[in-house]
Parts: sequence; structure tokens; C-alpha cells
Amino acid sequence: MAKQYETVIGLEVHVELATKTKIFCSCSTEFGGAPNTHTCPVCTGMPGALPVLNKKVVEYAMAIGLATNCEITRVCKFDRKNYFYPDNPQNYQISQLYLPIARNGFVEIETGSTKKKVRIHEMHMEEDAGKLIHDEWDDTSLVDYNRSGVPLVEIVSEPDMRSADEVIAYLEKLRTIIQYLGASDCKLQEGSMRADVNLSVREAGTEPFGTRTEMKNLNSFKAIARAIEGERERQIELLEAGKSVIQETRRWDDNKESSYAMRSKEDAQDYRYFPEPDLVPIVISDQWIDQIRARQPELRTEKLERYKKEFDIPQYDAEIITSSKHMADIFEAAAAICGKPKKVSNWLMVETLRLLKDHGMEPEDLRFSPENLAKLVSLTESGAINSSVAKEVFEKIFAEDVDPEAYVEEHGLKMVNDEGALEEVLKKVIADNPRAVEDYRGGKEKALGALVGQTMKLMKGKANPGLVNQKLKEML
Amino acid sequence: MDITSLTAVELGKKIKAREISVADAVKASLDQIERVEKAVHSFVTVDREGALRRGEEVQKQIDDGSLTGPLAGVPAGIKDNLCTKGMPTTCSSKILENFRPTFTAEAVRNLERAGAVVIGKTNMDEFAMGSTTETSYFGVTRNPWNLAHVPGGSSGGSCAAVATEECPFALGSDTGGSIRQPSAFCGVTGIKPTYGTVSRYGLIAYGSSLDQVGPIAKDVTDCAAILEVIASYDSKDSTSIDRKRPGYDFTSALINDVEGMRIGIPKDYFGEGLNCEVKEKILAAVRVLEERGAVAEEFDLSLVPYAIPAYYVIASAEASSNLSRFDGVKYGYRAEDYEGLHNMYKKTRSEGFGAEVKRRIMLGSFVLSSGYYDAYYLKALRTKAMIKQAFDQAFVRYDVIVAPASPTTALKLGHSLSDPVKMYLGDIYTVAMNLAGLPGISIPVGTDSKGLPVGMQIIGNCFEEKKIIRAAYTFEQTRAYERPELAKYPDKLREGLPKGLADERSKKDGQADDQAAGRADGRQIRSREGGGE
Repeated sequence: MAKQYETVIGLEVHVELATKTKIFCSCSTEFGGAPNTHTCPVCTGMPGALPVLNKKVVEYAMAIGLATNCEITRVCKFDRKNYFYPDNPQNYQISQLYLPIARNGFVEIETGSTKKKVRIHEMHMEEDAGKLIHDEWDDTSLVDYNRSGVPLVEIVSEPDMRSADEVIAYLEKLRTIIQYLGASDCKLQEGSMRADVNLSVREAGTEPFGTRTEMKNLNSFKAIARAIEGERERQIELLEAGKSVIQETRRWDDNKESSYAMRSKEDAQDYRYFPEPDLVPIVISDQWIDQIRARQPELRTEKLERYKKEFDIPQYDAEIITSSKHMADIFEAAAAICGKPKKVSNWLMVETLRLLKDHGMEPEDLRFSPENLAKLVSLTESGAINSSVAKEVFEKIFAEDVDPEAYVEEHGLKMVNDEGALEEVLKKVIADNPRAVEDYRGGKEKALGALVGQTMKLMKGKANPGLVNQKLKEML
Repeated sequence: MDITSLTAVELGKKIKAREISVADAVKASLDQIERVEKAVHSFVTVDREGALRRGEEVQKQIDDGSLTGPLAGVPAGIKDNLCTKGMPTTCSSKILENFRPTFTAEAVRNLERAGAVVIGKTNMDEFAMGSTTETSYFGVTRNPWNLAHVPGGSSGGSCAAVATEECPFALGSDTGGSIRQPSAFCGVTGIKPTYGTVSRYGLIAYGSSLDQVGPIAKDVTDCAAILEVIASYDSKDSTSIDRKRPGYDFTSALINDVEGMRIGIPKDYFGEGLNCEVKEKILAAVRVLEERGAVAEEFDLSLVPYAIPAYYVIASAEASSNLSRFDGVKYGYRAEDYEGLHNMYKKTRSEGFGAEVKRRIMLGSFVLSSGYYDAYYLKALRTKAMIKQAFDQAFVRYDVIVAPASPTTALKLGHSLSDPVKMYLGDIYTVAMNLAGLPGISIPVGTDSKGLPVGMQIIGNCFEEKKIIRAAYTFEQTRAYERPELAKYPDKLREGLPKGLADERSKKDGQADDQAAGRADGRQIRSREGGGE
């Protein structure tokens, strides 16, 4: 019988914090500026420049630490990690090694019906590096320091995960927590959340860990799942062939669905960490922790429970809506305005999800305002527009955040409830469709549908369908 | 009137009283530079045009009453590791030869706000690493008292410039004695303030946890007045300490009275290794203070032998990281021929740094490497903490501590470079104060039999600059300031030049105020003596 292998996975997750300014200077953290426009002497490593810590970074890190059940280090320090690379203007990165801000936490994940704790070893604050752009034509490299000094936290888990599903569940859990805290938007594609996967395999039932590899360049959940599967197979093949796994860093190429070695343990760098002498220790008081705790927003689990109780929303719907803090925010605001939470939830669950899927978008990308969704619900509920018009208007809201009242007015989409006008049209429809009229009278209920359709068409969709049905039956 | 003989505060007063114009003050400095610079080489850069222009602006501000401080219109030399916007800032290194900062160091900005006129950048040991100013890429600075001797270092250029009266005062930096030791060698006064008192923003770092900027001038009054101007709480420097208003009133301590002041004399600082003449002069100075009512007492300061190794481990470790930004990518020197990134780094840094800088980068990298960190760096940090405790105990019993600034008076050129460890040991009386963050002042107390100045160091507890200023000021009142011959009779300079140098100079048509020429000049001295590498 073939041997059974167990995969052992630990994660290092980098998250870019949503501060307005960088970690050690007052430059903007905004993404996408012209190269080297969000820079100053500090974040370009000019001689004589000195770092000054952005307090907001510490507060976000504390919030994440508390939300992931970590112990907060009361006196924490920064250290220098020394290595030469042009995207690193000082040739050292200011990070934390000896006294990171948070330690010994955990998050609970759920895969299928099983719950499990993934422990967090530590979390530290550090600065991001700039970006290198290689000009292949010119055989030169250019460097953009806009990202240099953008604040990051690195969350290091224990090797507690055993499958790609667990890894994805862990990452989704972290992402929701951090998004709920408002500490980051956590977009893998844009790099505001990055995960390095440490993976080893061992024979099922054995204690000691196998030799692990570290995989980098994973920028979607799908890529992570594929990389885990690929690396697991590669390691098992090596072991089956009597070879051993080499401890090394590998780069995943998602197009080729394979990885290649970047550097092995032997040529691993000695970072010569030492305490950063330009910054003073950060002393975190009980009061400061209490303040952060008090400011902590309602997290997803609490929100989900509340939605079920307060709004009578089914579990599944509540899960979907709360999976994104942004969507939950829209839901609550719109429900508060129009007072119809179930209707709002329906719009989100049906039309919104459909349009997101059609456009290949994430809930985070929703750009319409809760006010406009609430107005649309009110228009529909009051019978001012019918449901097909409502769908048409919603597409406009989704795309351009139009004001539905103004839009309906402008395009004359209000439902016609004028019985006199309706009777005129119905008379014409009956007269023009003798065959359908005959069929209906002969007992074919379906024929009524055709007549209703004709009526709606003549009234440009604005008729009240209930009224049309009722009148038509009367007249026939 | 002999403008250059005035102290900074005296000159400031005369400018305020319209007895001397700012233009005349600036020209007097520039003329003196013209006369003595070729022999002494205190400056790396002289900004003649800029200083004259700035002098006019300052004069206007004095005239319209917006500038009233004691330094308004007074020329200043700035050590070349303090950034000056648009003006070359080289750290006396080839790697920064072409570097012009985009901002001005906070200490210099404070001076400029007070109306001081920066006339140029002074020579130093490369990246402040050295005790002789011989490691400068641009050539040595010579001791104004005897041109065959070193001025000390690393702020040798600033101290020589003040002694030769090329400028009434200068700024220096002190990581392990770099203000106090050259002040002693050049017969001038210099203060290293409590760590955190003067902003390090814009000071190109050597050992970040030890570096402090401080004043160098002809007397204690000047130093107190200058320190009052440059010291400030600066939110751009996280290690800057807000001392609140009374904490910065250094001139209030210019009191001629030490009645009841308790002076500690560490036995280990006056034992083996200290030159007899230096010892005698300092103990004589202590007796003067005793006559004025101070109470002096010998005591055992523990851990004295551990200060130098701890200092060289910590300073080199920090330097190895601080200097890694000089890589040829963003600014400064880049090697001409290279293949690929790593080769560019290697060549740039091999060619751009001098021998002493490389030695300390290697030493620092070594003590931080995995496997050695605990044995060296961590142990040095613990030693540092214990040295601080030893001083804390001493300051329970004493108001100030008196020590030599150096075991000897100024050594001859070329004497130290061959044996770096010997040079390091010369820092024995100064590095402990940097490790403990303490303030120290060095004042001249006389000359030795060779006619070279002897300096006495007075050390205070953290934030107690006022005590050392008061003690130094009281001693200073008993003794007239001695000017080197070269300052008094600059035109007789040629006779005083070391053999060979005079003839060579007369052939050259060098212009001291011209940057490029000044530098070529420096290099020539350097190659002729084979010093530096």
C-alpha cells in the first residue's frame, strides 16, 4: 500500500495598513502616483534623514493583535534588518525581530463542518520597500520609492494548517477581521495582502516535521491553492524517489503552474538584525490598550448573529452579506434609511451578486451609495415603479450610482395606475388579438400572459402588472 | 580693528552696535581663510559668494530689527557631516564628493534663524571615524599651533578653523570625543551636550545612539550662547528630548563662582598612560577651582577599561548599517566600470570609502553577524548600561567630574595611522561620556613644553550642562585666552610651514576659497605624505 502523507503549512502574511501617511514620514501612501512623487528624504534614505513613527500604525497593529487574540508587547522596539537591494533605499529595513508588537494569538477557522484554531506565533510592524522596474530594452532598472515606507504588518502563523482549504479559510478569516477593523483593504491582486507559504510533508502519523520550503509570489486564493497542491506533490515525489527536500525559497509561477528555487538555506543572508537606534521603544499602557479595545468595531461573527436576530435574515444570506465589511455597511445604512432590511438584503443577494459576477468584481468594489439603494426599495414598495423597471434602474445604480427618483422621473418610468387609460389600451389589445382572446375564453389560461405582454409593451413597461391582470380578466 | 581676534559674542555685540558691519565680519573671515587655509586646510568647502550674499540679507534683518540675537551676522564654520541645502556635504569622503543635500540640518537651521552666516564646511576624519582628521579624503588638517602636528579629530577642521580665527566659531559632532579631543589639541573650547539636546536631523550618522552636535569656540561664553541657539526639541528626531525652557538657558550658568561645588577626580583617568605634563596642567587647574571654593576628591570610577571596547563595538555596529545607504544607486560616487548590481555595489564602496571607514564597517558587520551578536554587540550594550550606572553613582557624590580630554597633547602627523588600536586607545577619556549620554566640555588649561595646548574635560550628569559651564567659566576667568602665532601673525605664515611645504606652496597658484582647488590641494598633501590609506 502506498504511503499516506500529511501536509504541514504555516503562513507569513503581509498586510499593507490603510494609514494616510507612511510609517516613518508624512508622505502619502496612495497607490498609483507618478513614480517618486510620494517621497521625501526619509523614505528615499537620504543622508541625515531620520524616521519618526506614525502612531496610527501602532494602533492598527494593536487592533489586529487584539482581534486575533494576541498578547500585546508592552514595551516593543524596532530593529534593523540589513540587506542590500536597490528597492531598499537605506539598505536596511526597519522591522521588528526581538520585541514584536503582538505574540501568541489565534484565529478560529471553519472548513466544511469542522472548526479549528490556527495559532499566531507573532505579528510585527515594518516598512515596505520601493518597486523596481526593469527596462529590458535598455538593460537598465528604474526604482520607484512611492511604496517605500508604506506600513506593513507581518502575521506569522504556527504550522497549524494541513490543507489548501484550511489555508484559504485562514486567509479569508484574517482578511475579514482586518477589513472589519478598517486596518487594510486586503487586496491580494493589488498586493495589499501577500502570503508566503511554508510547507512540508510528513508520513501520516509521524511526529517530526519534514524539511520545509517557502513559496513566494502568490497573488490570488486560486494561485495559493494550486501552489500548495503543486508543492505537496513535488515534495512527495522527491521523498518517494528516495531524495530529500532542500530547505529553500521557491517562486511560484501561476501561468506555468510550477515553482522554481530562488535561493537555498546555504546562501540565505545574514540580516545582522540589531535594535534601531534612531527610534525609541514604544511603551504601550493599559489605558492605550483599553482605548483601542473600546474603539474596536463589531466584528463579523457578532454582526452575523445580530442580522439573524434583529433583521430575521437567513444564515446563508447573513453570511454572504457579512463576508464583506463594505457590503455589510451598505446593507445596514440602506436598511436604516428605508426600514426594509429584508428587501435590501434581497437586492444584495440577487441582483448585486449577479452583477458582481458578470463584471468579475469583488464586493469591495461596490461603488453605489446606500441612500440610492434605499430610495429604490421605497419606490418599489410604494408601487411607484414595477419590478422590471426596478431592475433596470438598479443596473444604473450599480454602474453609475444614479439617484433612482431623479432617474425614474427623467425617463418617465413611473408605473401607470390610471384605470381609464389602461382600459383604453386593453380594449385595443382585445380587439387586435382575437385569437388569444378566443383561446383564453376557451379555457387556455396561458393565453392571458400573451395579452398582458402586449399591454405592457404598448404601455412601455410602466403598467402595474397586478392591475393589468385584474382588469383584463374583468373585461374578458 | 582686528575683527578676527574677537569672540563670537563680542563680534555679535559690535555688529548689533553698528561698530562692525556683517559684510566686514564675513570678509574678515574670508580674508583670514585666504591667508592661512593653504597651510592649515581647515575647510573642505568655502562658500565665498553665498556667505557674502547671506551677510547682506542678515544685515537688512538686523537693521529692520527682526534679528537681535547674539549670533546675528557672525560667521560660522560647519562640520562637513551636517547637511547644508545646496552646499556640498561630503563627510570628507570620496563617496559623497559630489553630494549636495536637499535640506539643511536642524542645528544649522537654528543657527541660520539666529542670523549666523555659514561661510563653509570644515574638514573632518572621513565619516567622523578617526581622532586626527588624517582620514579625510581631501587631505589632513594641520594643527594651528604646530603645522607638523595633527589637530585631533574628528572635528579637527572645525577646531583648527576657530584656533586660526578663520571663523569665530564652528559646529562639530561628537560620537566618542570628536569635539572635546580636537578642542583640547587646538587650544579652543568645545561642548558635547547631553544626548538628545541638539537635533540629529541632518547630521549624517556615524553611531546614531552616540552622536551629538555641539559648539566649538574660543571661550565658554561663546559655547554657552551657541548651544543655547542650536539646542531644541525637534519632532523630526525621535531621540530628541524636550528639556522645556529653563533647560536651554545655558548662558544663565555663566557665573564666576564654584563655592561648594563637588569635583570628582577618577583615579583611573590620572594613572598609567597619561602624559605627565598633561596631568600636571589639569591638576593645577583643579587646584585653581579649589582655591575658588570647590571641593575636589579622588574616587574610583569603575569599568574604565571597558569603555573603549564597548564603544568600538557599538559605534562600528551602528556605522556598518548607517553607511550601507552609500551604494552608488541614489547619490554620491558610483564606480565607472562594473558588471551587474553586486559588482557595482562592491566597486563603488571599495573605491568610495577609505581604509578606516572600511575597517569599521567590517568590524561592525562582524559583531552583528549571527553567532557573534550575543558575544559582542549584546555584551557591549550591557557594558554600556553598567557604565551609565557607574556614572549615576558618581554623580550622587559629585557635581562634576574632571578628566583629561586625551592622554597626550597633539601627536605628529602620520603617527597614529599605522596603528589603529593605539589611535582607538587615545579615546579612553572621552568615549564613556558618549556611552552614558553625558555632557562634557573641554577647555584649554595651558600648553606643554612643546608649546602645544592641553585641554581639561569637565563632565556633568545628564541635563546638567549648567554645572560644567559654570565650572569651566569660573576657571576661564583666571586665565587669558592664548592665540596661536598663526592667528596672531598670519602673514608670517611661510616661515612657520614645515620644511618643504613652503617652497611647494609658493610655486602653486592655489586659491583657498575655490572649492575645486581646495580639494585638489588636499589630495596633493595626502598623496605626498602617503597618509590616509
